[in-house]
Amino acid sequence: MTTLTVAARPEENVTLRPVPWRRMAWVTWRQHRIALTAVAVFLGALAVSLWRVGIGLHHAYAAAAACRPATSPLCDQLQTSFTRMDGFLVNGYVLQAVPALIGAFAGAPVLARELETGTFRYAWTQGFGRWRWTLAKLVPLAIVVTAAAGALSVLCSWYYRPYLTTGNLFLPEESPLANLFVLRGVAFAAWTLAAFAIGALAGMLIRRVVPAMAATLAAYIGLAFATGLYLREHYLPQVVVKNLFNPPSSAWIISQWWTRGGATVSQSTMNQVMNSMFDRTMPVVHAAAAKSFGVKAQKHQTYLDTLHYLTQHGYTEWVRYQPASRFWPFQWIEGGWLLALSVLLIAATVWLVRRRAA
Amino acid sequence: MNVIEASGLGKRYGSTWALRECALAIPAGHVAALVGPNGAGKTTLLNLAVGLATPSAGEVTVLGGRPPGSPAALDGIAFVAQDTPMYKNLSAADMLHLTRNLNRRFDQRYAEDRLAELGIPLKRKAGKLSGGQQAQLALTLALARRPRLLLLDEPVAMLDPIARHDFMATVLTAMADDGVSVLLSSHVLAELERVADYLILVSRGRVQVAGEVEDLLASHRMLTGPAAEVGRYARRPVVRLSRGEAQAHLLVRATADDPVPPGWETHPVGLEELALAYLRDPAAAALPGPARIRSAEPSELTR
Repeated sequence: MTTLTVAARPEENVTLRPVPWRRMAWVTWRQHRIALTAVAVFLGALAVSLWRVGIGLHHAYAAAAACRPATSPLCDQLQTSFTRMDGFLVNGYVLQAVPALIGAFAGAPVLARELETGTFRYAWTQGFGRWRWTLAKLVPLAIVVTAAAGALSVLCSWYYRPYLTTGNLFLPEESPLANLFVLRGVAFAAWTLAAFAIGALAGMLIRRVVPAMAATLAAYIGLAFATGLYLREHYLPQVVVKNLFNPPSSAWIISQWWTRGGATVSQSTMNQVMNSMFDRTMPVVHAAAAKSFGVKAQKHQTYLDTLHYLTQHGYTEWVRYQPASRFWPFQWIEGGWLLALSVLLIAATVWLVRRRAA
Repeated sequence: MNVIEASGLGKRYGSTWALRECALAIPAGHVAALVGPNGAGKTTLLNLAVGLATPSAGEVTVLGGRPPGSPAALDGIAFVAQDTPMYKNLSAADMLHLTRNLNRRFDQRYAEDRLAELGIPLKRKAGKLSGGQQAQLALTLALARRPRLLLLDEPVAMLDPIARHDFMATVLTAMADDGVSVLLSSHVLAELERVADYLILVSRGRVQVAGEVEDLLASHRMLTGPAAEVGRYARRPVVRLSRGEAQAHLLVRATADDPVPPGWETHPVGLEELALAYLRDPAAAALPGPARIRSAEPSELTR
């Protein structure tokens, strides 16, 4: 009796060549082209509106800055028309939501949708291998959204230049470290990358698209606020000086306090002392004249005199701040740790895919 | 070569064991049926074999010792999961393209020919195909990979009788033409009788019966005799006893050559009958190797 012979294939080498990485390029594009198009349209629309408003803004600033003599009624009018455009600063808050939205809409569904619809049972049992599949999806998508965000932040940097230019003439100058920091330099791209990586990991952990998107938004907002409120001011050792009565307005003042004889004096005590001295030394000004330039200068001088008087009588004023010259070091520090975090999150996601059982 | 080999294999979800102490060695060249009630551990066993789940205890290898989920294992195994998950917004042609890109081998021509034969339009979105067409598309994708082992989880559960018949015909053709080994899980017993030549019964997370259908049928007999004399027949392991007013039916582990007590008749059993008998009595077991055989004596006989 003959046994049933199965058409035997030559025994293949167990350490066979893996499916080449480049084959995933089509897969990733085919499955995520709608998300990528949506990101492109969204960022493109933002870019067009920034560009259109920005041109007017730059013209208004240039016209006001070039106007001579600066005190003429015409120049005053030009300055007013520029400063009235300061509504454009508000969109800074809107733009800060862009990385979170990209993380939620482009990052979270990558794995959550597969897990929610069960298609991971198809995708993860193909010859490509599931951790390679995950890596080959997440890395190119992360690079694309980061590059797109980077391009938008170049436009943002240009857009806000009239406002943040050194010696901006017409709007109160604020520190570039405290203001619009994440929209400029490398920070915006880095935050977008981090949001995408948070989304990918949330999708793997939560396995449902909508909850993963919500979790991504929440985690991003938490991280962004924690960074702005507690972390960023410690990137480099803070400068602590005493009796710096007129710090540059571009400096990021972190705290200010008074001491007398080595002991801290509370702010309410200082306010009382200073107000009473100010009232005594500042001549009474008629209300109608209080708005004039001369009175403002006089007030400031009186304030400085008060401070000098106090320091001569045993008080010391301390200021802790970050100088504006640290803008780029701060950008690289923020970009650096966000990049490291993103790499870690993506690695964790790939590790979970490799390890976690269905 | 054994396409699946397991020893002491167990999988626990939380505090419940979906599968435990599973010992199996399924040789190549079979259409093996994995049968059991819902929740018996069929899907768990398939997930373990394909690497979608990791064992909580013991071990499992595929295709002659390869770890499940390893590149070498995935290369030789095609898996069609329950409810045939597919990207609903991709067309059939895109699904072919996708599968071709994700595997070392893909027989595009075979796949296109088969879809044409089945009347599945390449441009139609997978989500717009009927249940039967989706199942056929998933099977075509799997077979076009030219696997050595095809794993099918409840492939026909959702299909109407005609689609069911067509689906199984495709599986059998692939088996005959390519020598692909098949392991399919099902709780539809009638369908399996026609196609399976190897049977694995699982219930309550344990493997109850495993063996070639031919051997299993040859080693079981149905005895019919007077109900009053049931107690006299305790010499052979009894799988199941059903007693009527006058007559009793005993499914016993015995061959056709075994002597029959006077007054008793003996008949061969069918696969469905055999499977049902075991499934009704989860304590009974018929496993390869003497150590695995527990003599199962329904309590009624020992009284």
